[in-house]
Amino acid sequence: MSCFLCNSSLGKKLVMSLSGLFLVLFILFHMSMNVVAIISPEGYDAICKFLGANWYALAGTVVLALGVLVHFGYALILTLDNYRARGKQRYAVTTKEPGVSWSSKNMLVLGVIVLLGLGLHLTHFWAKMQLQELLDNHEVVLCNGQVVSPTDGAALIAYTFKEWYNVVIYLVWFVALWFHLTHGIWSMFQTAGCANDTWYPRLKFAANALATLIFLGFAAVVVWYYVAQHCPCCAAC
Amino acid sequence: MNFTLKIWRQKDAKSKGAFETYKVSDISADTSFLEMLDILNNNLVHEGKDPVAFDHDCREGICGMCSLHINGLAHGPGQNATTCQIYMRKFKDGDTITIEPWRSAAFPVIKDLVVNRGAYDQILQAGGYVSVRTNSVPDANAIPIPKADADESMDAAACVGCGACAATCKNGSAMLFVAARVSSLAKLPQGRVEGARRAKAMVAKMDELGFGNCTNTGACQAECPKGISIAHIARLNREFLRAKLRD
Amino acid sequence: MAFKLDAKIPAGALAEKWSNHKAAIKVVSPANKRKLDIIVIGTGLGGGAAAASLGELGYNVKVFCIQDSPRRAHSIAAQGGINAAKNYQNDNDSVYRLFYDTIKGGDYRAREANVYRLAEVSNLIIDQCVAQGVPFAREYGGLLANRSFGGAQVSRTFYARGQTGQQLLLGAYAALNKEIAAGSVKSYPRHEMLDIVVEDGEARGIIARNLVTGEIERHGAHAVVIASGGYGNVFFLSTNAMGSNGSAAFQCYRKGAGFANPCFTQIHPTCIPVHGTQQSKLTLMSESLRNDGRIWVPKKLEDVKALRAGTLKPSQIAEEDRDYYLERRYPAFGNLVPRDVASRAAKERCDAGYGVNETGLAVFLDFKTAIERLGEDIIKQRYGNLFDMYEEITDVSPYKEPMQIFPAVHYTMGGIWVDYNLMTTIPGLYAIGEANFSDHGANRLGASALMQGLADGYFVLPYTIGDYLAKKIQAPKVKTDTPAFDEAEKAVKDKIAKLMSINGKQSVDDIHKKLGNIMWENVGMARTKESLNTAIKEIQALRKEFWKDVKVVGDPMSFNVELEKALRLADFLELGELMARDALNREESCGGHFRSEHQTEEGEALRHDEEFSYAAVWEYKGMDEAPELTKEALDYEFTERKQRNYKD
Repeated sequence: MSCFLCNSSLGKKLVMSLSGLFLVLFILFHMSMNVVAIISPEGYDAICKFLGANWYALAGTVVLALGVLVHFGYALILTLDNYRARGKQRYAVTTKEPGVSWSSKNMLVLGVIVLLGLGLHLTHFWAKMQLQELLDNHEVVLCNGQVVSPTDGAALIAYTFKEWYNVVIYLVWFVALWFHLTHGIWSMFQTAGCANDTWYPRLKFAANALATLIFLGFAAVVVWYYVAQHCPCCAAC
Repeated sequence: MNFTLKIWRQKDAKSKGAFETYKVSDISADTSFLEMLDILNNNLVHEGKDPVAFDHDCREGICGMCSLHINGLAHGPGQNATTCQIYMRKFKDGDTITIEPWRSAAFPVIKDLVVNRGAYDQILQAGGYVSVRTNSVPDANAIPIPKADADESMDAAACVGCGACAATCKNGSAMLFVAARVSSLAKLPQGRVEGARRAKAMVAKMDELGFGNCTNTGACQAECPKGISIAHIARLNREFLRAKLRD
Repeated sequence: MAFKLDAKIPAGALAEKWSNHKAAIKVVSPANKRKLDIIVIGTGLGGGAAAASLGELGYNVKVFCIQDSPRRAHSIAAQGGINAAKNYQNDNDSVYRLFYDTIKGGDYRAREANVYRLAEVSNLIIDQCVAQGVPFAREYGGLLANRSFGGAQVSRTFYARGQTGQQLLLGAYAALNKEIAAGSVKSYPRHEMLDIVVEDGEARGIIARNLVTGEIERHGAHAVVIASGGYGNVFFLSTNAMGSNGSAAFQCYRKGAGFANPCFTQIHPTCIPVHGTQQSKLTLMSESLRNDGRIWVPKKLEDVKALRAGTLKPSQIAEEDRDYYLERRYPAFGNLVPRDVASRAAKERCDAGYGVNETGLAVFLDFKTAIERLGEDIIKQRYGNLFDMYEEITDVSPYKEPMQIFPAVHYTMGGIWVDYNLMTTIPGLYAIGEANFSDHGANRLGASALMQGLADGYFVLPYTIGDYLAKKIQAPKVKTDTPAFDEAEKAVKDKIAKLMSINGKQSVDDIHKKLGNIMWENVGMARTKESLNTAIKEIQALRKEFWKDVKVVGDPMSFNVELEKALRLADFLELGELMARDALNREESCGGHFRSEHQTEEGEALRHDEEFSYAAVWEYKGMDEAPELTKEALDYEFTERKQRNYKD
C-alpha cells in the first residue's frame, strides 16, 4: 500500500490532494490569525507569544515545511512525467478549450510564485520571530534601527507594510494564491474521488468562495496596516 | 468556398515532418471536413503527388478512427463531434486551416496525420472487460439494474476510443479514456465483481505506457466528441484508491 | 464443373434440428485444441465474437482487421438495436414468431433451418451481452426495455440508445481483449488479407499485407474464418464505412468458394439525401425513427414546386395536403413496413415527381405528430442524438421542420455460400456474419444483422468448426513455405506491381465513382433485363479502363491508402458484374431485388416460387469469363410461402 503513493499516477496525485488539503487548512488558520492583527494588535501578539518557539509550534513548523516540500516535490515529479508524456513534438497551434480555466493549466507557475512569495515572507517574519527565539535572541534590530521583541508580530507587520513595494509584492502573491486555490480546492476533491456532476458546481463555488475569503483576509491586513500608517486622518486617530 | 490548408506531412515514424501548404477551392458549405480532404487528395493524385494520409472509416462519428488536431482543437471546432462530423460551414471562406496529427508520446506518428493508438488497446487488454465465458451466463433479466445506473454506465460506454482526450490534454493523460471504461463497468453489477482488479490493472498499464498524470483541467471533457464527463474520472479515482487502500 | 452443394441441414423437426445437430457433430478435446490454429478475418460482431469464443475454447487464434484497432469494425455503426425472442413484453413473441418474421421479411429466400437456429440462439445473445456489461436501455423497474422495428408486430428489439452496434461490438471487443491478454488470441490490426491459400482442396492460410509497412506476410492455419462484412461499397456511395470492402470474400470466391445471391442488396429507406457530386459517404438515420416519425410527400405538385423553389416550408403544408403514403398503402404496418418496401415506396413517389428536395430525390420524415402527442422532451430523450446529428449535417432542425430522407445502399444479404456449419465450398474455410449469405434471404429485417453476427460468432461457429477440426488433430502445424503459399504470394505481389506500374490518368476514386453510378442506375432499387445487360457491358468496359488507366501513387512498401483502395476497387469491378449477372438471372422480384418486369398490379414484388426458390451459387471462372451457376433448392417444409402482405 505504501508504494502506490510513490509509483502510481493516482497515488501520487492523492499525495498532492492530501498535502494540498493540509496546506489549505493551515492557510485558513493563518488567515484567521492575521485578521486578529487588525482588530487587536495586542491580541495578535498574544497569539504570537503563545506559539513562539514552543515544542508544539516547532513540531507544527516542521510538519508544515514537510507539507510544502511534499506538495512541491510531487508537483515537480508529476509535471516532469507530464512533460515527457506530451512528447517531443508539440502542437504548432493551440486554442483554449471551452470551459477550461486558466489556472488549471498553470498550477505549477502559480505554485512557483506562491513558493517565492513564501520565501520572502519567511525572511520578513519567520526569520525575525521563531528563528530568533530558537537562537535565544530576545531582541531583534530592524533595518530602520527599531528594536522589537520576536513575539511582537504586530510591530513587524506594521514595519513591513509601511513600504508600498512590500504591499504590492504581497498582493501579487495573494492573487497567485487565489488562482492556485480556485483550481486546487475543488481539484483535491476530484482527485480523492469525492466529486460528481451534481457536486462540481457546488465544489467550484466553494473553492472560489474559500479562495476569495482567504485572499480578502490576507489582503485586508496588508492594506489596513499600510493605510493606517500613511493616511493622515488614520494617523491622527 | 476556398481554403488554405497547412498540413503536417511526415513520411513515416522515423522521418522528420514539416508543414506543407495546399489550396482547395470550390468547396460546398455542405461538404464534410473529411470530404474536403478527399477532394484535396484526389487533386494530389492527379498531380502525381502522395496524398495526405489520415485515419477515417465510418464517417458517422462512431468508429473513433478519425482524429486530427484542427486549428488547435482536437476534432476541430464544434463540441460533441468527431472530425468526420465537422462541416465546412463551420469555417469562413478564405480561412487558413492548420491540421496536425494527435501529439502525444504514447501516440507515435505512422504517417502524415495517422498515429498509432495501440496503447489504448493495451490498456483495455489489461482489464477492460468482464471475465465471462461465452454461454455461461444467467438470464438477461435475472439482475435488475436501476435505470439511472444503466444510463450512467451508457454515458461512459459511449467512448469511441479516438484518443482526443490524451491528445488534447496538456499532460498527455489518458484518464478520461480509462475512466470511461472503468466507470461504465463499475456502475453495473456485472462489472462490480472485478472492479478493484480492473481499476488497478488498467491504471498500472496506463502508467506503464507513459501517459501523463491528470491535473483536472477538464480539457478532455471539453474536447471529447461524446461529451464524457470527468465525473467518471472521479469514480476511477475512487475505485482505484478504495482498491489500493484495501490491499 | 458445377458445385456439389450439400447444405448439411439436419433431419428432424424444425425446433429440434440444431439440438440434434449439436449432439451429432464431433468435438475436439482441450488438449487437441491447443494444437490447432485458426485465422479470423475481421473483428466486427461476427469476427470479434468468434475469435474471442474460439480463443476461450483453447484454439490458437490469429485475428486480422484493416483498422487500427479491432474496436473500429463497421458493426459499430449499427444504431437501432438487436432482435431477440425473449417475449419480455408479453406480446406473444416466441422463437417461432421471430423465425417466421425473418423468413417472411426475407421474402422466402432464406434457409428455414438456418433462420430457425438464428431465432433460437437470439435469446442467448442478450444474456451473453448483459453479462459482458453491455448497458442496454432499461425500464424504471430495472428490467430490459424494448422497442419495435420494421417488419414486426411485436416489440422485441433491445437497444442501447442509438448506439446498440457500438455497445455490442465493445462487448465482443472486450471478450477479445480478455483472450488477447490471456495469449490465446493474437491481434493483427492494420493488416489486410489479400489472398486465401488453398492446398489439397483445403484452406491453409492467408496472404496478408501489413498496411503500415507494406510487407506481404504469410499466415498458416488449420481453418480460416471470413468475417469481413458486406460489399455495399461497390456502389461507391453507401452507408458502409469508407474501408468496408468485399475483397476478402472475393478472394475466397476466386479460389473456388461459391458466392450466393450476390444481387440481394438492401437499400435502407432512411438515409440523408445526396447533396452533390463530391460526396464520399452517405449517412444513415436509424430505422428506429420510423417508430415515431411519419413519412410523407405533398399531395399537390404545386406544393412540390414551391418547396423546391424555397418559397414554401414543409411545416406550412396543411395536414390534408400531405400524402402519408406508407400509412395509405400499408395500413397494418404503416411506417414500420420492412426496409425494401419502404425504400421502393419512396422511389415510387419520387419517380412520380413528388420528391421534395432540389434533386427530387427525397421524402419527408416528420415528427410533428409525435411531438404533439408526446412532447418535445420525450422525443429529445428518444432521438436527441440523431436529431443533433441530422442538424449538424443539414443545418435544419428536425424539431421544427421534417427531416429529408432517401434510400441508400446499406447491407448485402448475398455473400459466400455456406452450409449449415457455416463452412464454404472450400473445406476449412468458413464465412460468418454479413460475409455469408445464409440467414436473411432477399431482405434483412432491421435489428437482425447484429443478431446474426453475434449468433454466428458466439453460438454457432465455435461448435460447428469443431466438426471439421476434429479431423485435423493429427495434422502438424501448417507450413507456409509450400508451393501454394509461394504461388499465392507471388500472385499478390504481381498484382500490386501491375497496379503501381499502370500510371494512368484516373484516380482510384474517379473510377470507383463511375462504377457506383453504373451500379446505382442499373443494379439499384429497380432493375430490368435491359439495365442489367447495360450494367454488365459498362462494368466490363470500365474494368478494362481501370487496368489501363488507373493512377496509383506512392510506394507500395509503405503506408499507402491509394494502393489499398485500388486493390479493393479491382475486386469491386468484378463483384459488380457478378451482382448484375445474378440479378439478370433472377427473373422475379423478391425482397431487395426488384425486377420491374415482375410486379403485381399494385406495384409490389412478384415472386416466382416455382422457378426461383433457390439460392444462386456462382463459381468463378476467370476475370473475363462468365461464372457458372449452381442452384441450391430452398425447400419450405415448415412455412407456407405467401405473397408478403403488410397491408392488413
